[in-house]
Amino acid sequence: MDLLRFITAGSVDDGKSTLIGRLLYDSKSIMIDQLEAIEKQTKNREDGEIDLALLTDGLRAEREQGITIDVAYKYFSTPKRKFIIADAPGHIQYTRNMVTGASNADLAIILVDARNGVVEQTRRHSIIASLLNIPHVVVAVNKMDLVDYSQEAYIKIVGDYAAMAETLGLKDVTYIPLVALTGDNVVDKSGKFPWYEGESLLHILENVHVERDINLTDARFPVQYVIRPQTDDLHDYRGYAGKIVSGIYKKGDAITVLPSGLTSTIQRIELAGKEVEEAFAPQSVVLHLEDDIDISRGDVIALSNNQPQTANEFEVFLCWMGTKPMAPGNKYLLQINSRVVRAVVKDIEYKLNVNSLQKEPAPEQAGLNDVVKATIKTAAPIPFDSYKKLRVNGGAILIDETSNVTVGACMIE
Amino acid sequence: MTAAPTATLNNNMVNGRPSGKYSLDYLDQLESESIHILREVAGQFEKPALLFSGGKDSIVLVHLALRAFRPGKFPFPLVHIDTGHNFPEALRFRDDLAAALGEKLVVRKVEDTIKAKGLTEQKGKLASRNALQTFTLLDTIEEFKFDACIGGARRDEEKARAKERIFSVRDEFGQWDPKLQRPELWNTYNGRIHKGENVRVFPISNWTELDVWNYIRRHNIELPSIYFAHEREVLEYQGQLVATSEFIQLEEGDVVSVKKVRYRTVGDMTCTAAVESSADSLDDIINEIIATKTSERGETRIDDRVSEAAMEDRKKGGYF
Repeated sequence: MDLLRFITAGSVDDGKSTLIGRLLYDSKSIMIDQLEAIEKQTKNREDGEIDLALLTDGLRAEREQGITIDVAYKYFSTPKRKFIIADAPGHIQYTRNMVTGASNADLAIILVDARNGVVEQTRRHSIIASLLNIPHVVVAVNKMDLVDYSQEAYIKIVGDYAAMAETLGLKDVTYIPLVALTGDNVVDKSGKFPWYEGESLLHILENVHVERDINLTDARFPVQYVIRPQTDDLHDYRGYAGKIVSGIYKKGDAITVLPSGLTSTIQRIELAGKEVEEAFAPQSVVLHLEDDIDISRGDVIALSNNQPQTANEFEVFLCWMGTKPMAPGNKYLLQINSRVVRAVVKDIEYKLNVNSLQKEPAPEQAGLNDVVKATIKTAAPIPFDSYKKLRVNGGAILIDETSNVTVGACMIE
Repeated sequence: MTAAPTATLNNNMVNGRPSGKYSLDYLDQLESESIHILREVAGQFEKPALLFSGGKDSIVLVHLALRAFRPGKFPFPLVHIDTGHNFPEALRFRDDLAAALGEKLVVRKVEDTIKAKGLTEQKGKLASRNALQTFTLLDTIEEFKFDACIGGARRDEEKARAKERIFSVRDEFGQWDPKLQRPELWNTYNGRIHKGENVRVFPISNWTELDVWNYIRRHNIELPSIYFAHEREVLEYQGQLVATSEFIQLEEGDVVSVKKVRYRTVGDMTCTAAVESSADSLDDIINEIIATKTSERGETRIDDRVSEAAMEDRKKGGYF
């Protein structure tokens, strides 16, 4: 059994929460007491229908106002897979929340209302999916009952979306017609769409090949912590603890430490205290090197024949998440995996309109939810990869040093 | 460049998907994520602590810490906030485990806080110290200047928890502000805080109850005996089974009987309910959990039943 992390994107009335509720309900992941609690709340409402959307609204203000404030995580599993859903709300601060949820997602479900087709919201969600380099996209054409299960309407939407997906460079897009409210094509394949040749949504989610998304070629190991027991019997023990974010490491491999450029050879690899011949992403291990060289937290151990870039100036797509605007010249802390350096946003090249993908003239300041192309300069060189090539070593956050808040997400070009 | 293989080339396809040596199953992936989080705590904070209750989730945390830091010592002590209403089996287990591992255990008692600060205890049949333990926790954080407290809470437990970050920043009163949470992207955790603030860290946020049990079975992790079916005298109270003890006031008309029960969660004796069960092995427990129709907290936690937002309110007040 493996793991799939996905995000659901849709605006308020696309039936996103209903779809999640349906997946949880029909896969029997909702417990009786949780259902009773929802029924109790629904009684206080006027329409009286059980509202599966209430399952994802966790906070008092959300229930009272009928809105979703923040990313909520939901879990369910089938015999084939464990699923982690990041459910991001569809309105206020949407970009910030979707970017957050999308950063770890293997797959995005993009909901389209069959009556409305591809609209501005759909474009925005797809642009963010592309910007965050989510490997798989499922376009769920919902509310098919309201267009009489029309194949024609479906084909039109698929055609429109496919054209957009091509310009965005979305790699793996699957389309499915469904009705979240009644569960048609959600867990089981429905008879309402005789012309649809694909599988149910759950079947698609269960069978997407996520293993291929883990990069096993470009080995990167950010050091988190140095284990040095300094006891009598372990006097010389010095192990570098971290998670292999990509690639494979073998005993005897020649390695280079970045940004210092120091080199050595892997002497030993420990996995949960046991020595192993090789280890691979995403395992957390301890590496031992032949030479006693200077390595500390935040350094990246890479194979000498395949190293990341090391630079102190680079271009990024920056999604601004702070409530205070960002102006070129502002200084922040930049954190990439376990490395933190001082950084300055040198200049903004242009603003990306996330509804149209148009490049707009660089604003004087970037505000909350803006996405801009910018140049960042760091106080010291950092090792990184292009986000498009290697998500796990190409994404960085900006931190406001005075408030300590995370204010920006950088996708390094 | 390199001749390193790719996943698809190197794996044998089974049922249309690779099952080769370079893929991890979901439990191994969850474990690696949790170890990564624990090591981030070790790397980012000066004075972390692991909040240890003797319950299965914190026992799994200890197991993960062993896998994250051995052969080194833990870079944090185990800290138990003892309400005085704990199950004796859980306390014994706590002491034995800390001694066997040779790790430091700090125990602070709610009883002492009540005396020192003149706090008022809840009255009534199932008088709970759940609210009072937040006082002791905050005092303990202040006493040791802990800047990060690792806890075993999971997002599947409760819907307010479903919204909480893995690194959850609390102000100097321990309060959680759900509307001011930091965005948490990729596997990058921002644990920077001002003096006086602290971070609650939840390494098994993404685990479900079933994941925890499957992990316990896979690694054959020892648990306190009360998790397994045993005979116990229980009071039937509002449809739940509460162990009789010196902390519960029995009244005339109370229905008390001896039943075969086990615990799905271990909290205070006054706010944790037992479930009728004959499951005395991990296999049986896992089968019961797969078949159950009630959530873990719904079935066993009397403290969550107070109101729809009981957990949210407690967290805003400094609770785990």
